Amino acid sequence: MSKTIELKLPSRIESVDESAVFAEKVARDWGYGDDFLSAIDLAVRESVANAVKHGNKFDEEKQVEVVFTDSNEGLEMTVRDHGEGFDVGEIPDPTNPENLLKVCGRGILFMRSFMDEVGWEQAVGGGMIVKMLKKR
Amino acid sequence: MADINISERQAGDVAVLDLNGKVTIGEGSVALRNAIRRLLGEGKNKILLNLGGVGYIDSSGIGELVSSFTAVNKEGGVLKLLNLTQKIQDLLAITKLLTVFDVYEDEAEALASFS
Repeated sequence: MSKTIELKLPSRIESVDESAVFAEKVARDWGYGDDFLSAIDLAVRESVANAVKHGNKFDEEKQVEVVFTDSNEGLEMTVRDHGEGFDVGEIPDPTNPENLLKVCGRGILFMRSFMDEVGWEQAVGGGMIVKMLKKR
Repeated sequence: MADINISERQAGDVAVLDLNGKVTIGEGSVALRNAIRRLLGEGKNKILLNLGGVGYIDSSGIGELVSSFTAVNKEGGVLKLLNLTQKIQDLLAITKLLTVFDVYEDEAEALASFS
């Protein structure tokens, strides 16, 4: 049977650390090991940072909603913002030579590198949801 | 407690910054930016970043390393990296930034490379 737990955070930088601490506790409670936790930690930090910064644009009245689900497949995380949304296909590839010296734009690459599945969709009622899965 | 502690020492004409803690979005990234700006303001543009004590870095921290690198280059200086942890090395490999940064495991060798 799957287990689910939700965390709602204000749109501020401190929420990034808060989400990571929460994720570690949840993942440990559900029996996941250190290597697994390291991937979850990075993915939750990057996705919550994106939601706070680019999605909700630091508007503290807008929340970031993180849902953790322990399923047969592994640990699923969804992170929702309440921003204007974006087309992930339009995010420049940070590994292209012309983008190597750009300061931003590597968070999605890290999420894709450390999680087994990552996808984005428009949320009903506005905002974006990123869904990530780390398989057992 | 601060996310990061940055201490400076001078080795010949090279400023070595020893970083301990986390270089992440917010405080850690800002502290690194300020330290680099301060050095450049003092005319010190040969900089070696010792990342041996950095237990954690995120995409914002990686971005700050890139920003430091370009800021130092713009001033006609050189910024090099020392003592990457496996994790940082992995992240720099994923982002293809190992092709950009000059990276050393040995401090003496790193210092000699500036001359």
